[in-house]
Amino acid sequence: MRRKKEKPPHPSKGTFTRRDFLKGASVAVSSGLLAAEKGKAAPAESAAIHGPGAVPVTLRVNGKTHKLSLEPRVTLLDALRNRLDLTGAKKVCDRGVCGSCTVILNGKPVYACNVLAIEAEGHDITTIEGLPRGGKLHPVMAAFVNNDAQQCGFCTPGFVVACKAFLDKHPHPTPAEVEKGLGGNLCRCGTYKGVRAAVLEAAGAAGGGSAHA
Amino acid sequence: MPKCKYDWPEAGERKIIGTRVSRIDGPVKSSGEAKYTYDINRPGLLFAKIYRSPYAHAKITAVDTSAAEKLPGVKTVYVIQGVGKEIQWAGDEIVVVAAESEEIAQDAVRLIKVEFEQLPHLVNEENLDRAGDYAKAAGGEKGGDPDKAFSDPAVVISEGYYGISTITHCCLESHGATSEWPDANNLKVWISTQNVSGVQGEFGKALRTQSVDIKDNNVETICDYVGGGFGSKFSADRWGILSAQLAKTAGKPVKLMLERDMELEVAGARPSAFAKIKVAANKDGSIVAWDSQSWGTGGPAGTTMPPLPYVLSQIPNKVTRHTSIATNTGPARAWRAPNHPQAALLTMGALDDLAAKLNMDPLEFFTKNAALAGERGEVYRQELQKAAELIDWQKHWHPRGDKTPGAIKRGLGLSMHTWGGRGHNSNCNVSIHPDGSVEVALASQDLGTGTRTVIAMVAAETLGLPVEAIQVEIGDAKKYPPSGASGGSTTVGGVSASTRRGCVDALDQFFAAVAPSLGAAADQLEAVGGHIRVKGDSSKSLTWKEACAKLGVKTIQTTGKNPGPCKLGDSGVGGVEMADVSVDTETGLVKINKMVCAQDCGLVINLKTAESQCYGALIMGITYALFEEKVMDEQTGRMLNANMEFYKLAGIGDIGELVVHMMTGPGYDERGVIGLGEPPVISPGAAIANAVANAIGVRVSTLPLTPDKVLAALEKGGVA
Repeated sequence: MRRKKEKPPHPSKGTFTRRDFLKGASVAVSSGLLAAEKGKAAPAESAAIHGPGAVPVTLRVNGKTHKLSLEPRVTLLDALRNRLDLTGAKKVCDRGVCGSCTVILNGKPVYACNVLAIEAEGHDITTIEGLPRGGKLHPVMAAFVNNDAQQCGFCTPGFVVACKAFLDKHPHPTPAEVEKGLGGNLCRCGTYKGVRAAVLEAAGAAGGGSAHA
Repeated sequence: MPKCKYDWPEAGERKIIGTRVSRIDGPVKSSGEAKYTYDINRPGLLFAKIYRSPYAHAKITAVDTSAAEKLPGVKTVYVIQGVGKEIQWAGDEIVVVAAESEEIAQDAVRLIKVEFEQLPHLVNEENLDRAGDYAKAAGGEKGGDPDKAFSDPAVVISEGYYGISTITHCCLESHGATSEWPDANNLKVWISTQNVSGVQGEFGKALRTQSVDIKDNNVETICDYVGGGFGSKFSADRWGILSAQLAKTAGKPVKLMLERDMELEVAGARPSAFAKIKVAANKDGSIVAWDSQSWGTGGPAGTTMPPLPYVLSQIPNKVTRHTSIATNTGPARAWRAPNHPQAALLTMGALDDLAAKLNMDPLEFFTKNAALAGERGEVYRQELQKAAELIDWQKHWHPRGDKTPGAIKRGLGLSMHTWGGRGHNSNCNVSIHPDGSVEVALASQDLGTGTRTVIAMVAAETLGLPVEAIQVEIGDAKKYPPSGASGGSTTVGGVSASTRRGCVDALDQFFAAVAPSLGAAADQLEAVGGHIRVKGDSSKSLTWKEACAKLGVKTIQTTGKNPGPCKLGDSGVGGVEMADVSVDTETGLVKINKMVCAQDCGLVINLKTAESQCYGALIMGITYALFEEKVMDEQTGRMLNANMEFYKLAGIGDIGELVVHMMTGPGYDERGVIGLGEPPVISPGAAIANAVANAIGVRVSTLPLTPDKVLAALEKGGVA
């Protein structure tokens, strides 16, 4: 039924990820002093300089570079919404379930509430605001309008971004692939019938992946 | 020709009404440009977070906020409920903090220390025997002579237990508001609401009781887009008022949006309903008697009885009794079609079991008894027939218990529903400007039902213009005239009627202004295809723009109202839904193969968004039938699944094939506009539960139909 988005790509050397932190933490709990040794395998030196206070973070969003000062615990979603006023990605479950905050990180869809802003440093971030439009609606957005794949609209930007990323990878999807590929986004108003139609229309309109690049 | 001047155009004359128009706010929503309350960022914005009770029932004995107040970045701390207050549900608000960032506000909440004296609580009500003093008799009715009817040896009697758990609204945009005081006397509030006009006065009143001197009309409540409401967002709420108070104290704008756990725990729930039901019919299938003992909870206020027996309410002999149980759980709010999904599940489940006992096909059984629905019985017969066609009932239906070999069992089920949906009070301003632009403005809101688009379509139809020519302004209680709350499926009837009346009057004035230029009397003019022309003389015509230019510097302005003259709407709709399911008898999983909906709602303005309401309702219904339940922990009194990984919503792969048929044309259209938001969400739970019983040969008594319950039911009997 529901599928988690792929994890963000591993950040470049020298940055510190929550996954690394969790790895280190679990080792520390299970094997006591050995943790200090194991910890060195992770980029412990960068862990030391991150936080707890605000640290400089540079984010490249929709092709534009933003220099911010953020506490390491700030999620990419909160950074986008509260610091950069990019509010297309919505805060709904805030723990990686509903997909309303979907953004594209280095070509892959991720839940922005599940990525720390510092993890996203050095990567290309594309939000709904950054989808190419060429002066008109992006074909996926147009397909959502044509097929009434939205009601209250709060899940819609997340769905549009997820669809865009899905079509990039599956230019000629079958209905079964659509159900699997978009299983990571939830809607409360019940717009899935329209979404299914919209994805297939957008795939057709794009002639298989080219126009929605 | 219409008999009354505001009447809807006759079928042959309608150019836009009844067609499929893409929602006019679709592009801003799908592009992420639409700004919801949660998206409002203001200079110097503070973020508010709330310390909430960990206990379901407790008395506050001490509150210490000193550490929170000292935390750098904290701007204001306010004790909502202090020492001595008795808390009635877990998650109730005790202290609120506003700080420079969400993170600081969260840290400050963690520094707050509150001590409690714990008191006994009740959070689960399915077992009526354990409710004790929390249970109170809450009415019932008697008609005919049920004792005599049940004791007639010629009748067939079916008895059963049925229930539907408490669920939440789970709006994707949580409740909340951002408040800002541009100056000492004026307040601006962006609020996620279904009631932009109504909350304005609520803010004024609540603030004055807090000694904040403000006039209602100096409160500007704004809601351009709302991320779901479903009945839970009519009030300014304590949270909204707090945002305004904190903003006043701090001298800076304050955003207070509920966290997801709080949204699920306290911001709205649909009451539960359980019942022991006995029904009787003659051997020919005509229902003669009903006896129900129902109970349920809606939090501390308990519940009222669902309308039982539902739809087929004219069963000649009936007795109903209801018990209301007050529990220490977050209070109920109106949930899309309040009390009707419960009534449908209880009634249609009991009657479906009776049909099975009679060895009758439920389609035949419900069709035979449709007259018990009263004057709309014939509509139900038509809808039963239409829905049966769409799901191919004749081909797929079989008697209870799919005898096909293998673990997967397939079944069909149906349910019927009803709703009112009369248009609410609405006022709108219609303006025709000398530059040709047209504006309809009213303090209504679009919940995603397509309200903006309906307003534009009605104005365009009336003025002979394309939909794109109409500018619709909604969502601001200070700028625009008041229009009703969006609840009870009342909006489309209200705003379409006020818009129609306002536009007809505007056109009258426009004709009067333009008539001299066309050398004809005003009553000889018509507005068609973007032109003002003389009836029957196409040579005398002005384009809309040319005609508007004749206004000089004068803008035509009218006010449209509902209610008003001429019958533009009605109340009372029916609907039938059917489900085709497969049940895996080894795992207990229920899968939806197909659902169909035959729905009437009078004159349909926008067929596209009307169908979307029905598709959405089917999906929301599938969700509460299979997945949703507010799970309360008896020991701690807290909600166990106050998050979206365990409070489950259906995904795109869970819904099967969906087909909607709107009943339109003669017999329907002339009733005028009737609301649609509620009715189609009523039947899915009952239709799916009946389909599961048909598949596996045994009833799963309560929703949601989770695998554990399906397997437990199969243990007791059925086909496995």
